[in-house]
Formats: sequence, structure tokens, C-alpha cells
Amino acid sequence: MFKYFIKRTATAVVLLFVVVFVTFGLFMAVPADPAKLSCGKTCSEETKANIRHAMEIDLPFTTQYTRFVKGLFVDRYYNKGSQQPRKCEAPCLGFSFRTDENVTDVLQRRAPTTFSLALGASLIWLIGGVLLGMVSALRRGKTVDKVVQSFALFFSSLQIYLIGWVVSLYFVIKHHIIPTPTYVSPFESVSKWAAGMLLPWLTLALISMAGYARLTRAGMLETLSEDYVRTARSNGLKKGRVQFKHALRGAITPIITIFGLDLGALMGGAVITESTFGLKGIGTLSLEAVYELDLPLIIGTVIFGAFFIIMANLIVDMLYAALDPKVRITK
Amino acid sequence: MSNFLEVKDLKVAFPVEAGVVHAVNGLSFNLEAGKSLGIVGESGSGKSVTSLAIMGLLKESSAQVSGQINLDGQDLIAASENDMRKIRSTKISMIFQDSLAALHPYFRVGKQIAEVYKAHNNVSKAEAKKRAIEMLDRVGIPEPDKRFSDYPHQFSGGMRQRAMIAMALVCNPKFLIADEPTTALDVTVQAQILELLKSVQKEFNTSIIFITHDLGVISEFADDVLVMYAGRAVEKGSVVEVLTKPQHPYSWGLLSSIPDLDSHVNKFNSIPGTPPSMLKLASGCAFEPRCEFKSNVAGGKCASQLPELHSLAESPTQEARCFLSDADRKRLLTPRQFAGN
Repeated sequence: MFKYFIKRTATAVVLLFVVVFVTFGLFMAVPADPAKLSCGKTCSEETKANIRHAMEIDLPFTTQYTRFVKGLFVDRYYNKGSQQPRKCEAPCLGFSFRTDENVTDVLQRRAPTTFSLALGASLIWLIGGVLLGMVSALRRGKTVDKVVQSFALFFSSLQIYLIGWVVSLYFVIKHHIIPTPTYVSPFESVSKWAAGMLLPWLTLALISMAGYARLTRAGMLETLSEDYVRTARSNGLKKGRVQFKHALRGAITPIITIFGLDLGALMGGAVITESTFGLKGIGTLSLEAVYELDLPLIIGTVIFGAFFIIMANLIVDMLYAALDPKVRITK
Repeated sequence: MSNFLEVKDLKVAFPVEAGVVHAVNGLSFNLEAGKSLGIVGESGSGKSVTSLAIMGLLKESSAQVSGQINLDGQDLIAASENDMRKIRSTKISMIFQDSLAALHPYFRVGKQIAEVYKAHNNVSKAEAKKRAIEMLDRVGIPEPDKRFSDYPHQFSGGMRQRAMIAMALVCNPKFLIADEPTTALDVTVQAQILELLKSVQKEFNTSIIFITHDLGVISEFADDVLVMYAGRAVEKGSVVEVLTKPQHPYSWGLLSSIPDLDSHVNKFNSIPGTPPSMLKLASGCAFEPRCEFKSNVAGGKCASQLPELHSLAESPTQEARCFLSDADRKRLLTPRQFAGN
């Protein structure tokens, strides 16, 4: 188990380096002049050269790359040795071309919104989806099952920018039932935080819940016909125990796997949801970065997203091993 | 209350797309306390469905169950699911064929046993664990307190089946259904499991229904035998009677297909044909199409009329469902030196 853990972690680290390398390489390949972008069209060649020098983008690619990677781990000083070296604390992702702000700071400022959205929504859809799926499986072929199935199909076919605007129009603008989505730090006020996130949570959850309901239904139908569920029944265990403990335990592994991957992807920014509800998270940040060709910010958001996806994969693999005693003991 | 279990005219049917599968068609038998009954028959003859019906495990499925199953005077078919739940494990338990599939792969073996004990007894976790270890010890699992925490896949096949027996007996039921408990095991382990079942039967005075298609196992284990064909009993009697003097062409055929190790003939006897479709019940004897003696019954009666299960003149404790005359049976179903006993 320990060996497996080490192996998987090492793979994840290597993968992260590959992502950093590729992203950085792509950044170099873009035919954009950061100096021009950051000071405008009226800049003299000399000013541009100075800016290039200050950004250290006049150095050869390999030097830039090694400094960038090193900066991820230790504090980086731009123009070290000059009279005004600029300090960039680790993990350093550089400075925005547009605002000259430290990219790490920007990410740090925007991340809580995305995390709140991701965690809240995923929790709702996980619990809701699994419960609906179970009900559906246990009442297979009955009206409840058909209703759940139809709803699942209906909502999974919807797009967030459609349903998001419809519910905003109805609940927020017309009837003022739900406050306008905004991000308030939960450390300030939990109720305001929840109220501000409620609509994005519900909308995102509703759309994703459908998939989980169907996944749970399929899994439950399979485990409900397993011999070990029959054993549990033949042993006179209570119905709830048979269904929630024995049957659900057998079906939960793939659900947890998909959940981890979905959550990881969402942590890297929910572009459409955030822009639909005007939330200032990582998703909208990456959009802004792309629109403005703010290369350090693009790199920052890509690495940020990749980090969470790779971490989620790693955690899911570990969890998978922990959930299955056969894997746990032999690996 | 001489009969511990009484099954009367049990019928089980499963509606399917193509029609209705008549899995069991009017099965009746009794089982006295402390005795063991072997039910023999080929796949699809309705033996497992019978056991599931007794356990009440067909409730909540689409199966249509009718007839009577009386356990200590209580009708199990009429019993509610909740009553059935309380009866399971405390009065009747069941051991299944494939122990690897029948144990939950994600829970520790000991905990699964303890869970059953705790579900039916008002005891603490620690007491349930103690009881589970005790039972593991009783069924011959070495180092039971250590093995308590193992997962099913860490047990060998024989040990898993022992654990299944421990689980089935943990609440001290007076009645046990063993559905092909030794089929998935190799012969030496099979013998050990049979030995174990015999000894627990004696110790707990348990009645056992032993479902199998292995006549050797029956001859070792059972007091009485019920031979099933197409959802009906075709022959009933004591082990010695049925295995040495079969009175129905089907049981006779089954026994004749056991290879004789002493003979040098390299040919196996078999019953020609295949079991009938259970979708449409024949009006006559279900075995008629495969029966090699049907011409001995006048007027093609076998194909048109269903023979009753009736006791026989010369051995009154034995019953068979056949139109053959006593003289014909005696002449045609010649007793042979069968393998086994």
C-alpha cells in the first residue's frame, strides 16, 4: 500500500512538471509582445526593452524556464544584482502584464469564490444524486423511478447558461426570493456566504445531480441483485441496513471516483457557471486573462487548474485503494 | 407438533416477458425436528426457488407464491416481511452455494457475523464480537480472534463456507437450509464441510434441508430424500429406499448415470433429452418425453394425465409420481449396485 502511494505521488509530481513545461512552452510560442501589451502602443523601443528586461523575458528560453520552475519553490528576485531587484515570493508565477499584480496573489484572491462554489454545489449534487438514484433503484419501474429518470434526463440536457439565467430572472430579479449571487467570505458571515452562493450552488448541482442519480441507480440495481445483498436479507437484517449499508457500499466506489474527478475539475474554475452568475472566481479570471492575452495570468490559471485535477486523480486513486480491501491489502 | 416444517402445495411462478415461468408446481413435504432432508434435482427443477420461498426471500419480488409453509405452526407465506425478517436467522437460516459472492466483499468476515447477532439480540458491540469469534472457533477457523478482522477474499473457499455456516448458526436457528453448500469446493474440503454440518446438526439439534444435485452427498448426509423434476416432487422416501430401490424412472435414471468405477465400460449412462420448458406446463407427466418406460403404460396416459404422488404397496414410506404398475417398476427399475454407500 505504501509503495503504491509513493509510486502514484511520484507520477503525479512528474505530470505536474510536464504541465508546467508545456504551458510555459506554449506561452513562449504565442506571438505577443508583452512589453507592448503592458505599456501600450505609444511606447518607445527603449521603454519596451526596459520592460522586457524587468520582466526577464529577454533571457533565453531555458533560463526563463529554469527560473520559473525554481520560482515555484523558492522566492524569486527579478533582475537580481540590479539596483532594484523585484521580489516575488514562492510559489512565484510572475506578474500580470496588465495590472502588474503578483499572479499568486490574484489567484489567492479569486480562489475562495471558486472553492465555495465547487464544494457547496458538489456536496448538494452528491447527496441529492445518490439519494435520488437509490430511491429510483429501490422503486424500479414504479412511478417514482420514472419521474426521477425523466427529471434526470431533462436537467442533464439543460445548459447552465440557460437555466442559470432563467432562475436568476425568476428568483432574483422578478420575485426577490434569492439574493443576487455574490461571494461573501464564510469567515465573515456564514449565512451571507450561503445566501450569496445559493443560486449558483443549486443550479450547478441540479445539472450535475442527474448524472449521479443515474450512476447510483445503475450501481444499486447491480448490487441489489448481488448474492451478498441476498445474504444480508436472509440474515434478517433491517431493510434500511441492507439497502444503505450493504447495497450502497457495493455501489459507492465508482460514484466516489467520478465525484473526486468532477470536484477536482471544478476547483480549477467553473468558467460558465461563474460567468453566468457574475462571480469573480478562477473561471472568470482565466477568461479575463485569455481576453487580455495576459500570459502570466493564463499560465497561472492553467497550472492552478492542472494542480487540482492531478491532485483529485491522486486522491481518487488513494481512495479507491482505501475503499477496496482487495486493492488495499495486495498493493 | 410433530412436524417442524410443513410445506403444502407450494407453487411459485415468475411472470416474464415470454409468459409465466412455473418454477414450483405444488410441492409438499414435511421435515421433523432434528432430521435432515435432501432435495435432489437438476438445474431448474425448482429446488433453490423452494428454499428462497421458505426463507421469504421471494416477497418483494415479482414472484407469485401460493400454498402453505408452516414453521412451528406459523404460516410463512402469509407472514409480513417484518415478521419474516425476525424469523430469518433466529428460526431459519440459509447457507448459499458461492460463499465468495455471498459474503460482502467490503466488510470484515467477523463483523458480518457479529452484525447478524446484534440485529437479533439486544447486545453490545463487544458481546456481538465475542459471539462471532466463538462461532468462528466452533466452525473450526484457526485463530478466530485474528481471522475475525479478515476480509472474505483472504479466506480460502473452505474457510469461507465455514464462516457462512457460523453466520447462519450465530442466532441458533432450529432450521437450516443449505443450498448446494459444497458444490464450489474440492472433494476433501467438501467432506470436511459435510462433517462440520453433521456435527453442528447434532450439537444444536438443527433440522437441515440439503439441496444438491450430488447423490453422493445426499447418501452421506440426509435421512430422507425428495427428488424434484420440473417443479414437482417425483419421488420421496428414506435415503436407503430411494437410493437402492428407486421407484420413479427419473430417480432411476439419475442413479444409473453415476459411473461405476469397477466396470471397464468407458461409457456413461445418461437420461436422454433435456428438462422441459417451465413456461408451459405439460398436462401429463413432465418426465414423459424423456421416459424410456412410457410405452409400458397403456393408452399414452403419461402424456395426457398427471400421475399423483402416491405411496407404494411394497414400501409404504416411499412415494412416487408414476403410472407404472408395481410389477413393472419392480421389473424395469432394477436395483443396481450404485456408487456411494
